[in-house]
Amino acid sequence: MNATSEPGTPATEPNRQVSWYEASARNRVRLLLDPDSFLEFIGPELREVSPHLRLFDLPEQFDDGIIVGRGRLAGQAVLVAAQEGSFMGGAFGEVHGAKLTGLLRAARDIESMPVLILFDTGGVRLQEANVGELAIAEIMRALIEARIAGVAVIGLIGGHSGCYGGGGLIAGCCSALVVSEQGRIAVSGPEVIETNRGVEEFDSRDHAMVWRTMGGRHRRLLGGAESYSGDSVHEFRQAALDLMHSVGGFDGHVLQAEQARLEDRLRRFGACRDAFDVWAAAGIAEPRAIPGLPNEQFIALADGIARLNPGAR
Amino acid sequence: MTLNDILVSMFPDGHAVKNDHGVLTGSGKLRSGGSALVVGVTDRTAVGVDEAIRLAGFLLPSIATGSGPVIVLVDSDSQRMSKRDELLGLNEFVAHLAKSLIYADLQGRPTIALLYGHSAAGAFLGTALATRVLVALPGATPAVMDLPSMSKVTKLPLEVLEEKAKSTPVFAPSLSNLARTGAVYATWDDTTSLSEQLNALLQALPVAADRRDVLGEQRGGRLKAADIAERVRELALQAR
Repeated sequence: MNATSEPGTPATEPNRQVSWYEASARNRVRLLLDPDSFLEFIGPELREVSPHLRLFDLPEQFDDGIIVGRGRLAGQAVLVAAQEGSFMGGAFGEVHGAKLTGLLRAARDIESMPVLILFDTGGVRLQEANVGELAIAEIMRALIEARIAGVAVIGLIGGHSGCYGGGGLIAGCCSALVVSEQGRIAVSGPEVIETNRGVEEFDSRDHAMVWRTMGGRHRRLLGGAESYSGDSVHEFRQAALDLMHSVGGFDGHVLQAEQARLEDRLRRFGACRDAFDVWAAAGIAEPRAIPGLPNEQFIALADGIARLNPGAR
Repeated sequence: MTLNDILVSMFPDGHAVKNDHGVLTGSGKLRSGGSALVVGVTDRTAVGVDEAIRLAGFLLPSIATGSGPVIVLVDSDSQRMSKRDELLGLNEFVAHLAKSLIYADLQGRPTIALLYGHSAAGAFLGTALATRVLVALPGATPAVMDLPSMSKVTKLPLEVLEEKAKSTPVFAPSLSNLARTGAVYATWDDTTSLSEQLNALLQALPVAADRRDVLGEQRGGRLKAADIAERVRELALQAR
């Protein structure tokens, strides 16, 4: 391994040009970390595939749609998990979920190594719904145990499949999140809300509405994500580095502070009917201009109004 | 069993549990002495931002001020599916509730969920599945997602899913299928005293470490999870 780059040094020049949204999970990991520093655990050569997909005549993938391992970020040893959103929508099945559970349990036992989770998921893999649901529960438990042990767990969200369902709940357990404009975070997906409640409640084909309800800009303004990143791998790397050294621990005080933070959100925005109303209530003079702002202008605006509430997540 | 039947059978020496629009908060007297904190969702109520914040708001201040177990009674819908809830960041609220329950358990307030009706998806994850021990009553109907929504998401016809549900335990919603995965620790007998069954559980409470994957392996309903998780953990420890 030649993972000796100076702290803060960009991993590789190409990562400035590579879109996070367009990159595969393997490319995200390769370009996010210091060059040649990644070591995968249970890689595709071991062919630990889902034992359930064949029941639905669906193709398997040798890594079950997630890569876990360790590497270095500006010299700091980190554990990393990356979901492949193009395989089964990055969904959590039995093997996929167990890899992340094992990684987080290791982080808990090591106590000092930060974890980066590169989310790209629609949630539970419905073809193996029961084991996928339970995998989410086990991941949440292991993640909180790791945080109580002092581990920083950073989520990075900006992929095709967003961060939905159980993925959104795991993201809500992280120490901090980085999100790009393309990143979406929610529990119920747009189509599921529409199926259950009707198109009047939620029109999943109204992409502008979907994006401003669940997308990265809204999550950053609301306080659901600590950091907003441009779409390049380089920018995600910088954001992850910044957060890794600034996030706090986890205890009863943090939970009480989060309770106050979320109660305050309900008081301020609970009657809003649309993201535009939330942004106006947050003091943004021209809420309708938000979706069209260049990233730099949005970041400056968000940094001006959105409180980060350290120690309240 | 109705909620009232359950409370009477579980706490014959008395309880102070109130039901406010489907959100349960309060306490009950234990047979063994002492009391249990009670939270829960009833009447098949959906778990939205308002429900989650009220449950966590009751639980959090109580963790450090008392002792004894936390009982989580569950007969819920899924997470509330609405524009408002997602707009306000439902994922953070449900995660906050789950975190509060996990934290309570690790702070010496062992959490025991009793699933006596329905629960699904995010509501299930934020309540019953965020406890140390999940027990169920016969007839409980846990699910991950309703079949019409599954059909929409998977693009598989509803008839195909209905057929698969009969033959594929890993996919089909049911208490017995979920028990085989290790998610449900035990199914209680609803014809005998719940307080005695609770007392027996408290006398032989599983340790706080999450052993659901091992249980699923032993029961034959989840053969790979425990092995994969443990191998990854060991590899990560070796690579340190």
